Amino acid sequence: MMDYFLQQLINGLTLGAVYGLIAIGYTMVYGIIGMINFAHGEIFMIGSFISLISFLILSSIGAFSAVFAILIVLLVTMIFTAVFGWSVERIAYRPLRDSFKLAPLISAIGMSIFLQSFVQVFQGARPKPLQPIMHGGIKLLEHDGFAVQISYLQIIIILLTVGLMIGFTAVIQQTPLGRSQRACEQDRTMAALLGVNVDRTISLTFVMGAALAAVAGLMFTLYYGVIDFFIGFLAGVKAFTAAVLGGIGSLPGAMLGGVLIGLIEAFWSAYFSIAYKDVAVFMVLVLVLIFRPTGLLGRPEVEKV
Amino acid sequence: MTRILDVSGLHTYYGRIQALKGVDVVVDKGEIVTLIGANGAGKSTLLMTICGKPRATAGKIIYDGQDITHMETFQIVRQGIAQSPEGRRIFSRMTVLENLQMGATTGNPADFDGDLERVYTLFPRLKQRQTQRSGTMSGGEQQMLAIGRALMSRPRLLLLDEPSLGLAPLVVKQIFEVIKEINEQQGVTVFLVEQNAYHALKLAHRGYVMKTGSITMSGTGKELLASSEVRSAYLEGGH
Repeated sequence: MMDYFLQQLINGLTLGAVYGLIAIGYTMVYGIIGMINFAHGEIFMIGSFISLISFLILSSIGAFSAVFAILIVLLVTMIFTAVFGWSVERIAYRPLRDSFKLAPLISAIGMSIFLQSFVQVFQGARPKPLQPIMHGGIKLLEHDGFAVQISYLQIIIILLTVGLMIGFTAVIQQTPLGRSQRACEQDRTMAALLGVNVDRTISLTFVMGAALAAVAGLMFTLYYGVIDFFIGFLAGVKAFTAAVLGGIGSLPGAMLGGVLIGLIEAFWSAYFSIAYKDVAVFMVLVLVLIFRPTGLLGRPEVEKV
Repeated sequence: MTRILDVSGLHTYYGRIQALKGVDVVVDKGEIVTLIGANGAGKSTLLMTICGKPRATAGKIIYDGQDITHMETFQIVRQGIAQSPEGRRIFSRMTVLENLQMGATTGNPADFDGDLERVYTLFPRLKQRQTQRSGTMSGGEQQMLAIGRALMSRPRLLLLDEPSLGLAPLVVKQIFEVIKEINEQQGVTVFLVEQNAYHALKLAHRGYVMKTGSITMSGTGKELLASSEVRSAYLEGGH
């Protein structure tokens, strides 16, 4: 029994890493401009496509070691996906910044539909498979014929996520860019009065969020081995749920929320019904919104003046 | 003396409400100029319009010989203007030090340590509270932080919006002494908006009186203090 539990824990953490990385993009954008970027799930999907295409190109050029190939694809995917993230903000949100509050939200939904259709048209609607890049794993324990195993891929996913989150937190907490982002989050006008280029800071926030979603897209491609133009919807909504669960606007919250959603999904699939795993996740969204709308680590909206 | 700020015929609207109705104000290098007036007269709007938020709908703002009327806010302040705005607007979820670092956004990183030391010398309280979340400090300390933050960019023109608001008389006195010191020892030109007309006019070289979006009087601090109109409208109750 214990080994089954342990195996689900590993699976759940892997899944949670992917959700957490996407959730950061939601939470950061919400923090800085107070809008839910509904196209963010699509950015993740585009990241997974770019990674797939990069892997195919690399493998057609010739043999690389798996780790080396993953590193190159990681870099390429982050850069190209970041360009998408930047463009989405520039085209669909910035012109509407001084408009009424709902306008960018509607624009985001439009962007989401556009990106989905764009990929569907140019890549086709059929699922795209990728040959496993990396095999094998480590057997943690084994008895009664049941082995608890963590694959090398899972190790890479978890380690990469932890590393990125540490690095990312350091950027937000310690660097001038992170400070400007936090300042814009609290008072954009005041940040501008101190010489912060607010538009540029917002752009960079989208770039960072997209780069992290790109990593999640790469991991998804590697882990599941098959992607299609529609994966961004479900993953996006789940990551959004993670961000709300952790407390929208809170970075540690997004990471925590991602891990929790991953674990809920894995354990629900394992012990209850796999068919209802998404229902379980979205029940969490409903319950959080009813009983704790500020999330686990979010702060109440009321501010001392 | 050379002119550092020349505002002429400035009009500003908030939606359909006209907040400034053709304001003319000049400030020379090295001066302390104060702008007094009742609540809602448009004083804060003038300071914000100088920084491009909101934008002027008509008129001109010349800073140091350069037309800044249509510049972006972050570019205006990079020319050497700093503002401690109405309501202080410190970043309450950041520490005192982080707020001061934000103040140094436009500055040269090499100057940072020296500038920080200078602000800490002016306001030793801030040094004690360095790592504290600034939102938890008292009003007076927050005001010191707002002024200190504005100074971190080494401004040539400092715009101060009601630095005495809501503060104990002793703290007000201390703040005004610092303003004088900044002006005399660091050569910073100060444009000071105040409701505390007595203190402001005593400190300033010159002053303007604003009423519902227009300048109604101007003169040296002494002249305005002596004027019966100013006395009855802004000095009754003897601050």
